[in-house]
Amino acid sequence: MANLTFDALEKSYGGYHAVKGIDLDVRDGEFVALVGPSGCGKSTTLRMIAGLEEISGGEIRIADKRVNDLPPRDRNISMVFQSYALYPHMTVRENMGFTLKIAGCSKAEIDEAALNAARVLEIEPLLDRRPAQLSGGQRQRVAMGRAIVRDPDVFLFDEPLSNLDAKLRGQMRTEIKRLHARLGTTIVYVTHDQVEAMTLADRIVIMKEGRIEQVGTPDQVFNHPATQFVAGFIGSPPMNMVPAKVAGGALWFEDGTELPLPAAFEELSDGHEVIFGLRPDDIYPEGHGLDAGTGDIVNLQLTVDLSEPLGNETLLFIRFAGAEWTARMLNPRNVARGERLNFRIDMARVHLFDAATGCSLGRQ
Amino acid sequence: MKAMRLPPHVMLLLPAVILLAAVILFPLLLSLWSSFTPFRLTRPDSVWQFVGLRNYTRLAGDADFWVAFGRTVLLLTLALNLEMLFGLGLALLVERASRGQRVLRTILMFPMMFSPVLVGFQFKFMFNDNVGLVNNALQSLGLTDQAIPWLIDGKLAFIAILTAEIWSSTAVFAIFILAGLMAMPRDPLEAARVDGCTPWQTFRYVTWPFLMPFAFIAMTIRSLDVARAYDIITIMTDGGPAGRTEVLWTLIARTAYSDARMGIANAMAYVAILLSIAFTAIFFRQLAKARAQVAADW
Repeated sequence: MANLTFDALEKSYGGYHAVKGIDLDVRDGEFVALVGPSGCGKSTTLRMIAGLEEISGGEIRIADKRVNDLPPRDRNISMVFQSYALYPHMTVRENMGFTLKIAGCSKAEIDEAALNAARVLEIEPLLDRRPAQLSGGQRQRVAMGRAIVRDPDVFLFDEPLSNLDAKLRGQMRTEIKRLHARLGTTIVYVTHDQVEAMTLADRIVIMKEGRIEQVGTPDQVFNHPATQFVAGFIGSPPMNMVPAKVAGGALWFEDGTELPLPAAFEELSDGHEVIFGLRPDDIYPEGHGLDAGTGDIVNLQLTVDLSEPLGNETLLFIRFAGAEWTARMLNPRNVARGERLNFRIDMARVHLFDAATGCSLGRQ
Repeated sequence: MKAMRLPPHVMLLLPAVILLAAVILFPLLLSLWSSFTPFRLTRPDSVWQFVGLRNYTRLAGDADFWVAFGRTVLLLTLALNLEMLFGLGLALLVERASRGQRVLRTILMFPMMFSPVLVGFQFKFMFNDNVGLVNNALQSLGLTDQAIPWLIDGKLAFIAILTAEIWSSTAVFAIFILAGLMAMPRDPLEAARVDGCTPWQTFRYVTWPFLMPFAFIAMTIRSLDVARAYDIITIMTDGGPAGRTEVLWTLIARTAYSDARMGIANAMAYVAILLSIAFTAIFFRQLAKARAQVAADW
C-alpha cells in the first residue's frame, strides 16, 4: 500500500497534448476515480502510472519514490484491463499465478496465492479452465484475481466494467467496492461512466481535454460542481442549463422570462451573463419533490411535453424560458401529455456559472 | 432389349472418378507395382517380372541409399529450424518498423519470387572456388588466402546448399510469423509487462505461445518442400561430387533416369514418401496441440 502523487504530469504525442500538466495526491488506501469523456486523457494518465506510456513532463511518485524511469515491473502495481487481457494459453490458475512465477516464487506459494485469490472472487471451480471457456463476468473476476495475487502498492483499473452487460456491471461494481473495503489498497479507477465513479470512489477526479476540472468527494462534485462541465457531466439525467442575464436583482432569460436572483448570488452585478443550472431533482410538480423546505421556492404553471415513467419516479420534459427542461417527479402518478401542473423550483439549489469562463459563481 | 443404365449419381460421379483414376490412382498403383519388379526402362518386358520385396531388401542393405536418407533428414531438420529462427527474427524486426512496413514486407518476399533453379545457379556462382563472391570476399578481407572448395568438399557443399535453401525460403516463415504478430492482441503483452515480465519473458511466455501455430503451419508446408528438395541441389552440385551431397530425390532421379532402373527407384521413392508423411504428421500434431493451447477466440 502506498500513496501516489502526480506533479505537473504531462503527456504529448508528437504535436498532440493529451495530458496538460495535472497535479494530484492520492492518499494511501484511497479509491480515486478518473472520469471524463473519451479523449480527456484519463486512460493515458493511468497508463503513465502503469509505465505503459512514457511520461513527457512532470513526475509520478509511488510511495514517495519517483517512478518516471522505472519499467512497469519495478513499480509494484497491478492493472485490470478493459479487455481483461488474460493469457489465452494459460489456465485460470496459471493466469493468476503468472506474476508470482515471474517473480520466482515457489510452486507451493504460487498455488496458495492463486487459490486465495480464487476464494476471494469465488472462482475456485474455474481454476483449471482456460479463458476461452469462461463467460465475460468470469473473465473479469480472473483479471481481478490476477491483480490481487501480488499484493501491489496500487491497483489500476482501466474501464474494467464496460464490456459487461448492465446487470453484471452492477454486480461487479459492488464486488469491486467490497474488494477495496477488504484489501484497503490504493486504487485508481478510470471510467467514462459517472455512476461508477460516484458509487465507487472516495474522491472523483473529473478530467476534460487533458486537464483536471475538479477533484472532490462524490458529494462535492454533485452538490458543488466547480464548473459548468462538471455540473453537466455528473448526475443523471443531467442538470438543466439555460443562459440568462442578471439585471435589477433578477435573472432574465433570453425569451424574457424572469426569475428572482437567489440570495446566494445577490452580489452579482447587473449585465452579468450567466448559465442558470438546476438539477431535475430541484424542479418538480408540487407534492412530488424532495421538499427540503428552504422556503426559497418559486411556483410556476408549466405544461408537460412528454413524460418518461421509470416506476419509482417519472421524468417530465417541460418547456420553460426558451429551453427544454427535465423535471423529476417522485411518488409519480400518470401525467398526460399537455397537462398543466404547478411546478416548484428550489431557488436555494440553483447553480450559476459564468457564461464566459464556465466557472461556478459561488453557492459554496 | 433394354440397355443397361447406371443410376444417375454414379453417372454424375463417373467423369471425376475416371479422371482421378487416370492421373493419380493408376500411376500410383503402377509405380507401386513396379517397385516390386526389376523394371528397367531399357527392357520394358521386365515390368511384368514380379520379384516380391527384393528391391526393398536390397535398399535396406544399400549404404549409399541410407547415407542419402540421413543427409535428407539432416538437411530437413537444419533447414527448417534455421529458417524458423531467421524468419522469426525477421518478422520481429519488420513488425517493429514504424515506417515503411509495407515496403519491407514486399522486399521480404523477393526470394520467394525466384525459381529455385535460378537460386541454384546464383549460389553456384557465389560459392564457386575460383570466381565466386564468397571466396573473393573472404580473400579481400584477409580471412583466408585459400580458394575454399565450397562445392567440392562434402561438408562445405552441404553448408552451401543449406545456405541457398535458407535464403530462398526463410521468407515463408517470416511471412507466416509476421501475420501472427499482426493478428496478436496488444493487451496481453501490456498485462505481461505489468505482471513483471522482462522483454525476453514477455516473448517467451506470451508472444511465442501465440505465434507457435503460425510457425507450425509454415513448418508443415516447408517440410514437404525440403523433403523433395531437388532443383537447387541438382543445379549446385547434382548430388556430387561422387555422391557427397546426394539426397533422396537426386539419388532417385539418377537411379530412375540415368541408370534407367525404374523398379528400385520407385522403391526408394516410396520410402521417401513415408519420410515426408512422417514429418508432416509430426508437424500437424504439434500444430493441433498449439492451436488447442491458444484458444480460437484470441
